[in-house]
Amino acid sequence: MNRDYSLSSEIVQSLQDFSEKNRPESYLIPALQMVQESYGFLSREHLDEVALLLRVPYAKVTGVASFYHFFNFKPSGENEIVICTGTACHVRGAGAVLDRFLEELQVKLEQPTEDGRFSVTDARCVGACAQAPVVIIGEKVYSKVTPDDVPEILSEYGFEADS
Amino acid sequence: MIKQDRISLTIDGFKVDVAPGTTVMQAADRVGVHIPRLCYHPKLSILGACRICIVELKKEGRMVASCSYPVEEGMVVVTSSPKLRRYRRDIVELILDNHPKDCQTCVRDGNCELQNAAYSLGVRERLFEGERKSFARDESSPSIQRDPEKCILCGRCVRVCDEVQGVTNLWQQFRGFESVAAPAHNNEIKHSVCIHCGQCVNVCPTASIVEKNTTDELFEALADPEMTVVVQTAPSIRAALGEGFGYSPGTPVTGKMVTALNLMGFDAVFDTNLGADLTIIEESEEFLNRLESGDDLPLITSCSPGWISFMETFYPHLIPYASTCKSPMSMLSSLIKTYYAETREIDPEKIYSVAVMPCTAKKFEAARDEHKTDWGAPYTDNVITTRELIWMCKCMGINFRRLPDSQFDSPLGVSTGGGDIFGTTGGVTEAALRTAYEKITGETLDELDFMAVRGVEGLREATIELAGREINIGVANGLQNAKELFDRLSAGEKQYHLLEIMACPGGCVGGGGQPYPPEDTFSLDPELVKSRAKALYSIDSNKKLRKSHENPAIQELYTYYLGEPNGERSHQLLHTCYKPNKRRGIR
Amino acid sequence: MAQLLNGESIQSIDGKARIFVCMGGGCVSSGAEEILKLLTQKIRRLETAVELEILGEQVNFDSDSAHPSGCDGFCDQGPLIRIDPPGLIYTRVTPEDVDQIVEMTVKQGQVIEELCYHDPEGKVYELDEELPFYCNQKKLALASCGRINPESFSDYRRLGGYQALEKVLTEMSPEDVWREIRVSGLRGRGGAGFPTGLKWKHCYEQQADQKYIIANCDEGDPGAFMDRNLMEGDPYRIIEGMIIGAYATGASQGYVYIRIEYPLAIKRVKKTIAKLREKGYLGKNILDSGFAFDLSIRRGAGAFVCGEETALIHSVEGRRGMPRPRPPYPTVSGLWGKPTVINNVETFANIPTIISRGADWFASIGPKTSPGTKVFALAGDVVNTGLVEIPMGITLKEVVEEIGGGVAGGKKLKAVQTGGPAGGCIPAEELDIKIDFDSLAVKGSIMGSGGMIVLDEDTCMVDLAKYFIQFSRDESCGKCTPCREGNTRLLEILERITRGAGKENDIYLLRRLAEVQQQTSLCGLGKSAPNPVLSTLDYFEDEYKKHIFDRECPAGACRYLVTYEIDEEACIGCGACKRVCPVDCISGASRKPHLIDQETCIKCGQCYEVCNFAAVRR
Ligand SMILES: Cc1cc2nc3c(=O)[nH]c(=O)nc-3n(C[C@H](O)[C@H](O)[C@H](O)COP(=O)(O)O)c2cc1C
Ligand code: SF4
Ligand code: SF4
Ligand code: SF4
Ligand code: SF4
Ligand code: SF4
Ligand code: SF4
Ligand code: SF4
Ligand code: SF4
Ligand code: FES
Ligand code: FES
Ligand code: FES
Repeated sequence: MNRDYSLSSEIVQSLQDFSEKNRPESYLIPALQMVQESYGFLSREHLDEVALLLRVPYAKVTGVASFYHFFNFKPSGENEIVICTGTACHVRGAGAVLDRFLEELQVKLEQPTEDGRFSVTDARCVGACAQAPVVIIGEKVYSKVTPDDVPEILSEYGFEADS
Repeated sequence: MIKQDRISLTIDGFKVDVAPGTTVMQAADRVGVHIPRLCYHPKLSILGACRICIVELKKEGRMVASCSYPVEEGMVVVTSSPKLRRYRRDIVELILDNHPKDCQTCVRDGNCELQNAAYSLGVRERLFEGERKSFARDESSPSIQRDPEKCILCGRCVRVCDEVQGVTNLWQQFRGFESVAAPAHNNEIKHSVCIHCGQCVNVCPTASIVEKNTTDELFEALADPEMTVVVQTAPSIRAALGEGFGYSPGTPVTGKMVTALNLMGFDAVFDTNLGADLTIIEESEEFLNRLESGDDLPLITSCSPGWISFMETFYPHLIPYASTCKSPMSMLSSLIKTYYAETREIDPEKIYSVAVMPCTAKKFEAARDEHKTDWGAPYTDNVITTRELIWMCKCMGINFRRLPDSQFDSPLGVSTGGGDIFGTTGGVTEAALRTAYEKITGETLDELDFMAVRGVEGLREATIELAGREINIGVANGLQNAKELFDRLSAGEKQYHLLEIMACPGGCVGGGGQPYPPEDTFSLDPELVKSRAKALYSIDSNKKLRKSHENPAIQELYTYYLGEPNGERSHQLLHTCYKPNKRRGIR
Repeated sequence: MAQLLNGESIQSIDGKARIFVCMGGGCVSSGAEEILKLLTQKIRRLETAVELEILGEQVNFDSDSAHPSGCDGFCDQGPLIRIDPPGLIYTRVTPEDVDQIVEMTVKQGQVIEELCYHDPEGKVYELDEELPFYCNQKKLALASCGRINPESFSDYRRLGGYQALEKVLTEMSPEDVWREIRVSGLRGRGGAGFPTGLKWKHCYEQQADQKYIIANCDEGDPGAFMDRNLMEGDPYRIIEGMIIGAYATGASQGYVYIRIEYPLAIKRVKKTIAKLREKGYLGKNILDSGFAFDLSIRRGAGAFVCGEETALIHSVEGRRGMPRPRPPYPTVSGLWGKPTVINNVETFANIPTIISRGADWFASIGPKTSPGTKVFALAGDVVNTGLVEIPMGITLKEVVEEIGGGVAGGKKLKAVQTGGPAGGCIPAEELDIKIDFDSLAVKGSIMGSGGMIVLDEDTCMVDLAKYFIQFSRDESCGKCTPCREGNTRLLEILERITRGAGKENDIYLLRRLAEVQQQTSLCGLGKSAPNPVLSTLDYFEDEYKKHIFDRECPAGACRYLVTYEIDEEACIGCGACKRVCPVDCISGASRKPHLIDQETCIKCGQCYEVCNFAAVRR
């Protein structure tokens, strides 16, 4: 196929390999995961290319992608702040921590800050309930976080509130 | 394990005996117990989503969805009890709570499955009202209009588009409370791979997907004294229109239909059947030429715009095989703004040409650039569906059942039986064979009924002898069936000469603009489609003239205006071309 | 030799002691990685084996003695180090402690008392078998978790791993296997408690050219991490259970479906599969028995509902994870329409032990109808949070008080929540109930997959119900009406109650809607989503009424129902509260008592947090 894809040639190659396997459709989610993991999000163009390469109708591809929380359609912030809102973290006050992050950064959940440096998402239990509430930024895990810790955590990433 | 061949169960006290694999709902239908339903559709796969069809299994004390639950030996089913009624009522209320309160101003008011369910289950107050989903209306397509706020997520459109039409343009998008049935990227229809067939409209229980209504414009035109407003009606309208006025399916109402159109103020009422006859002349000529040269076979019919879009999107490599003939509607429209205008000395720019079609795709076809006049106006100014015509009659106070019969106007109102049967699957082929036979053999054909190509099955094949040659014919209706035919084609086991493809199941009698099915039938019901087709065959067999080339109006046309079939003028007016769609379809 | 697998105490097999640094999620979040790094560096420098005695046990250490392990369970006390044998536990280890551990314990066999667990009374515990947290547990599924290097085949093998599989392949027919599991009485640990042997039998009896077996490691229950820790801590065991299951049912292909949020588990399983292929435990002809079976991993993509078996199947097929009506059950028509067995990770973890020690032995643990053990993720307001495995039939009280060490911070126990969003709350008065599938159900909760959250008096039960309904609303697949619409409406009602806008008949509406949802939803998610509402209503209806009729939140948790007031006596007029108030509704002159304007106050609580003189009351 001599078509130009905007996906990288390695990904195109893997998708073509998938399409030659038995039941290519069953590789749709792995394919989307691959694209999301390399680009950070799924653009329209990439979704359409996945559809074409795997020969799965477009509507199914976006239907699947929009079903699963893991996929996002806009790039997230450079520093993604993940706040665990699992039950253990909830009963230990994760809600207030989450609110504080949103307030400090002046954003909504899952929407990056204007400069694209931060975004806030929630997760359902990151498996460290004993240390609840837990916040994860990149590789770093913050345990037993209180709302008052929030400005300090943010300042580690060079954020300063402008008030 | 012993496999039983009958299973007996009790439904509301009735003993029923059914085959294994039957669902509880089917078994209940068998004994006349109607369980309410919304997502279930007999011709589509089972979803089990709406949950209003729940029934109680007495022994287990459990509620199950009857549409998806298989019968079991000795089962005791209760389909109605105060508790069940309350559950169903509450479920319907939950749907309504997330639905606009628009009934009075809604196109489906009085003809809506949700409204009926709410009425019959007794939702008389709202207990749980709250936030409603909010989506923009999609009016981007000339054919189909979506109002996702009225979507109840029954998934019928998704299933028909995928399972019956093989287009898979719609799918559930997003999740949970935010779910919606929509094209990829939640795009507008305009940017999708939709082929405008309108089958989703036919199965949608609410007004979430409807045809793009263009009656307002039509009323304007009718009221404009400057304009000559001309209408044509497709073959299958006369077979279905009556259903809107309480006639049982399959009652032909040609004469009343013409009277109604006259009453509405149309200046002339023409018959698309004449366009169909013309198509036969042009297409059989084309066919015989290709047969002779052996090039570009099989010839594929081109009168179904749903199919044409499908080809341009999904099978662009088949474009060279498609007949270049315009659809009967577009042929007739071309003649209206040329031949008719010239003979009547009317300024063609002052003609407003309307077509009543069983079809939503025809609205799209009319808007295509290929079907525009030199001065940029469409040849067909307005296409309305059978449903829109029914509503217009009601709106204008026409008491349809009391109307006397009238005749189509000349010169474009005369047609043969060949044109009539265009409205059903296999009809085009049959009409073409009648003409081609006589042309090629020079003999008169006595047995006009080509039974081999009749029927409503989605996919049929026949081999017919034509002047000593075996002609292999494939007939498909419903695009999933067409796809199967193309698979056979590309497998190359057999040489086909003629393929007739109709986008809609059953052909235009089952078109996307036909009336919502009356009680006791359903869209895609083969019986419904069959009775409409039967009406067409009976009109055909009652006609004196049954072969398109015998149509005197057509003979006159060629003599005084068009010249030769496939000649220069007819090419200019009656033929068209196709181009691959930019957005490639995936199947 | 197979003793460890059977949950009996550890013995040194080769005379070597191993130092395990817990690398479970809890310990990593409190800094275990650094400790392992330092420790490994130091241990590598040990040149000759050190022969010594620790707590009466003759062992030796060498340059290979430091190992990472999976979660050892005692997460609250992490970072955790275990020295096996003798089962010495060091808690809350810091990088600074590493030198001392090497110098004193490794080189001289001395126990460092400060690193051992001290109970609130100050009593010191050195060995796991003495620690109340451990000694009340019975570890079968978790037997080797925390006590082996999860990435080492030989480590698991050393402790008897894959002997059960060998036995199955050489001595047992598939019927023998599922019969054995049936007799053991093992019930699925994924929540519903369906008898595993019976499920395997159903699949076995199907005629088909292809069958599948799937391990369900989707674990979406918020606040649960049992399956994750099993997968991370002992992947070889799970896969052994799966291969045995495949043999018993006739499956030739298997899938491990893991949440994408569990990257470490995914990595471990990947390695495990590769290693097992290399060793001939997976592939076309396993251990020359003629039995063929292979495994692939499928990662979830963030959808709780994909834990439901038909949704999971759709997800593996590449579709939206929307459940479909059953029957047909997956054992009849599952993945691509073929007979398919789906079991929970913990269910598989029990299989090797049942095969090695016999069905009767397993059946003798716990109540007849729910034999065996259950792993719980113990969390919330409890002293010892962590991963615990208990024999079925002990009481909730024993778990909370003896293993969990009671409620944290000296607060009063209010309830215990089990079963996550599908479960319910058991109030403090009912804590004597036994933990097994049937007893919990009688009290309106469920065993679930193993989330156990201890709630103290500060928890508002309406808020908790709202939390779970919010979860179910967000996770509803949207396919069927009662769940898609119903959860949103339940949430709206609960929201208005917690906002102080509850209506008189709201309790009736909640119950009515909950019933419709339970009775008519398509899948378990919708059917069980109202459980937290109903069980809190059953036990704490008064608390709902207080919110609705008195506009009061007894636990003081509902933001809109608390009032912040400044105590004139206590206020010194420092002005701190005034400065933080986002809506400027605090007035007062410097060094004079301040006042809150109740009309404008948005109840953000910042004044309460900031006042150093406890003058702001709520
Ligand atoms: C909404 C929902 C979520 C579920 N999530 C899980 C899960 O995360 N892990 C799991 O093992 N089972 C889960 N289940 C249960 C599975 O459907 C299935 O019963 C189970 O995996 C069978 O394994 P078992 O018999 O070993 O318990 C869930 C069920 C429902 C309805
Ligand atoms: S779709 Fe039906 S229920 Fe909805 S507004 Fe229209 S008529 Fe009423
Ligand atoms: S149906 Fe009822 S609400 Fe609608 S117009 Fe008639 S009276 Fe009014
Ligand atoms: S009009 Fe036809 S192709 Fe378009 S969405 Fe509807 S069913 Fe599908
Ligand atoms: S658009 Fe109509 S047919 Fe499609 S899911 Fe919605 S209500 Fe059903
Ligand atoms: S089959 Fe008839 S109704 Fe359907 S798209 Fe074609 S022309 Fe239109
Ligand atoms: S109960 Fe909820 S999760 Fe289950 S099918 Fe229905 S909407 Fe989906
Ligand atoms: S912070 Fe406390 S002490 Fe200071 S002014 Fe406010 S209420 Fe008074
Ligand atoms: S609770 Fe918030 S808004 Fe109210 S007085 Fe205190 S700081 Fe101000
Ligand atoms: S609930 Fe937050 S880590 Fe488990
Ligand atoms: S008709 Fe059975 S669930 Fe919709
Ligand atoms: S994570 Fe280390 S003990 Fe649980």
